[in-house]
Amino acid sequence: MVDLTPHGAGPISAAEVAEVELYHPHGWWTKYVFSQDAKVIAIQYAGTATAIGLVALVLSWLMRLKLGFPDTFASITPDTYYQFMTMHGMIMVIYLLTALFLGGFGNYLIPLMVGARDMVFPYVNMLSFWIYLLAVLVLAGSFFAPGGPTGAGWTLYPPQAITSGTPGGQDWGIILMLVSLILFIVGFTMGGLNYVVTVLQGRTRGMTLMRLPLTVWGIFTATVMALLAFPALFVACVMMLFDRVIGSSFFMPAIVEMGTNPLPHDGGSPIMFQHLFWFFGHPEVYIVALPAFGIVSDLISTHARKNIFGYRMMVWAIIGIGALSFVVWAHHMYVSGMHPYFGFFFATTTLIIAIPTAIKVYNWVLTLWRGDIHLTIPMLFALAFIVTFVNGGLTGLFLGNVVVDVPLAQTMFVVAHFHMVMGVAPILVVFGAIYHWYPKVTGRMLNEAMGRFHFWVTFLGAYLIFFPMHYVGLVGVPRRYPEIGDTAFVPPSVHTLNEFITIAALVVGFAQMVFLFNLLWSIRHGRPAGDNPWRATTLEWQTAGTPPPHGNFGKELPVVYRWAYDYSVPGASEDFIPQNDPRPRTQGGSA
Amino acid sequence: MAETTLGHANHTAPRPHGLHGVAADWSSDQRAFKNVSWGKAMMWVFLLSDTFIFGCFLLSYMTARMSTTVPWPNPSEVFALHLFGQDIPLILIAIMTFMLISSSGTMAMAVNFGYRHDRRKTAVLMLVTAALGATFVGMQAFEWTKLITEGVRPWANPWGAVQFGSSFFMITGFHGTHVTFGVIFLLITARKVWRGDYETGVRGFFTSRRGQYESVEIMGLYWHFVDLVWVFIFAFFYLW
Repeated sequence: MVDLTPHGAGPISAAEVAEVELYHPHGWWTKYVFSQDAKVIAIQYAGTATAIGLVALVLSWLMRLKLGFPDTFASITPDTYYQFMTMHGMIMVIYLLTALFLGGFGNYLIPLMVGARDMVFPYVNMLSFWIYLLAVLVLAGSFFAPGGPTGAGWTLYPPQAITSGTPGGQDWGIILMLVSLILFIVGFTMGGLNYVVTVLQGRTRGMTLMRLPLTVWGIFTATVMALLAFPALFVACVMMLFDRVIGSSFFMPAIVEMGTNPLPHDGGSPIMFQHLFWFFGHPEVYIVALPAFGIVSDLISTHARKNIFGYRMMVWAIIGIGALSFVVWAHHMYVSGMHPYFGFFFATTTLIIAIPTAIKVYNWVLTLWRGDIHLTIPMLFALAFIVTFVNGGLTGLFLGNVVVDVPLAQTMFVVAHFHMVMGVAPILVVFGAIYHWYPKVTGRMLNEAMGRFHFWVTFLGAYLIFFPMHYVGLVGVPRRYPEIGDTAFVPPSVHTLNEFITIAALVVGFAQMVFLFNLLWSIRHGRPAGDNPWRATTLEWQTAGTPPPHGNFGKELPVVYRWAYDYSVPGASEDFIPQNDPRPRTQGGSA
Repeated sequence: MAETTLGHANHTAPRPHGLHGVAADWSSDQRAFKNVSWGKAMMWVFLLSDTFIFGCFLLSYMTARMSTTVPWPNPSEVFALHLFGQDIPLILIAIMTFMLISSSGTMAMAVNFGYRHDRRKTAVLMLVTAALGATFVGMQAFEWTKLITEGVRPWANPWGAVQFGSSFFMITGFHGTHVTFGVIFLLITARKVWRGDYETGVRGFFTSRRGQYESVEIMGLYWHFVDLVWVFIFAFFYLW
């Protein structure tokens, strides 16, 4: 067991940075709308992300309806289907998950968990949200633009992304998508700089890096990665925008459209876009996954009343995964025709990532081992995450190997894989985290009955959707096809399964409506939570009030004496010791 | 909560040197970089991110240049000026580079005088820096005009690979935008120094925080970065 302060209070160093006066709101507008308080910004980020995420959810229903019942939904044309698919993917990955984990949970939890009054530059932090909102509006605006949103697929591969055969390719769709992404990156950078500097330079007295809750480690590492990975997407977007708007040829080779119409491009490299995109795109997977890893560690430790197993290894695994994820990007490009030795290299680095991720999974399981497990709703979601992540990770081993990937790459197997590992798994953590921290944000618990209904339908439903999809992919059903028709190699069972998956998806979708209703209903009618309903150790539960006031803590910032995982300490009077409890471990207890 | 002084505050305890010092700092509480203020840390992280942007731009340009099947225009000829009856290769670029590097010198002097609270010299040196930067952008505009009149476009040029024009306008344009923003913020900071905002503790209009002379240094970090990036653009685009 890593015990960083075996005998309680050591010498506590003096404050190195004088307290900074916060911006105090003057009225309703500066308190709730143009707020510089990270907690308000977090809620704004989360609300916007959820709203645009709902759009993506509805798009997924429409896609499933088309796949399950192609004749009934003949009005969904292939063009529309591609537009739905593109927007669904881009929104879910970037505008929902990235924004929610980093902008939402990052803003709310980092200052509270490191013992700061706010982010280091609240004004820049506020700008971050408003630019993000602008990016979302531009993206949503493409639904109403002439020609509709882009249907290039969420990877936006050229040359097809900007040719006239693709929906939005020669209309406004692709332009608005690229502009929106550029805005998102600018906005995110402003927030991301804040998160990184707050963790590095804005911690309270006694809060060393190795006493940070793993939630902060996950969000911090993901933010650093985002600051280094988003530049590649930024550059790719700028260059494609030039290709589309002023006719340059960065990504566009000489090409004849529709057999007769030569395009005014020459000598560009579509593969270069793929390299730039995936240099962003693969770290992006872990930008979404690392905050989930961190949060789930804290959920498991808190609700199993046991210290996290192997804290230091958990931290180093997060850092290791983050670093490795920058050298695996071309495993998304095995079928692009690159040199086989490249495939060999990238397959090796890809499979090496299994080591730190396996360390994390073992440590989560060992944390549960002989723990005092409370099957609360956050814990249920955390357990569901571990199972789902292992499932999704195992199919990743299939796809990480070149020879297995080549036949599977264009099938539904890939869709099933990445939805399990970076769709379902992180969103389960999002749900768990919302059930866990909602009491701190609102002061009330979420409704238990609705929560359990939401959990079981979502968890089991996700498996009903994506397990059969692996089979559908293995028999060779290609992805990206709105309907497969009467194809000789596709057995009838696939059609039945497609209908089944569609119905399961709609049921899971309904459960999310229950969840959203619960979020709104419990603000007024939930059971009052008190300051620390989960009896947790981290600083956000030790605030002066709930929800925490402007400035987070009272007159004095908390002083940290121990790590975040002093649960069930032998000899202690309570089964948790808050991080700011100065007493030696054996006498510690809740204050 | 009334004091707004950040940074070089009160870390006086002796610290170990070398690698032991790094390890001690990173395992300490509060700050990983002792004696680095929030603003300076933020600028460094931003510059790291910006490095990746310029890196991606330059790598994409180099990929295009190496993989093109048609000739790449010869920069020595394209970027030559006809002066005194002969073509002098890269003469304009050489002057531009000299001016930008000189402006880093004046910027460094401004930082020095800023910490000595010499408001007049600091402001004047910052204005000189801004003037050199503005001249750089102006000369770049001249170069753009010259190339455009010679027929260089993002989609075509008279001498070879079309990526020459698009890479040139994109990379120098993105860098020129950085310089322009730098000039604007140099003027704003110089005005604050001149008025004595950092002495009287006037609060920022948007942030409501008090500024300090460290802002000059942070401004300088950005300026030197933009200068350094130019050296790489110069080497990879013009000298290659």
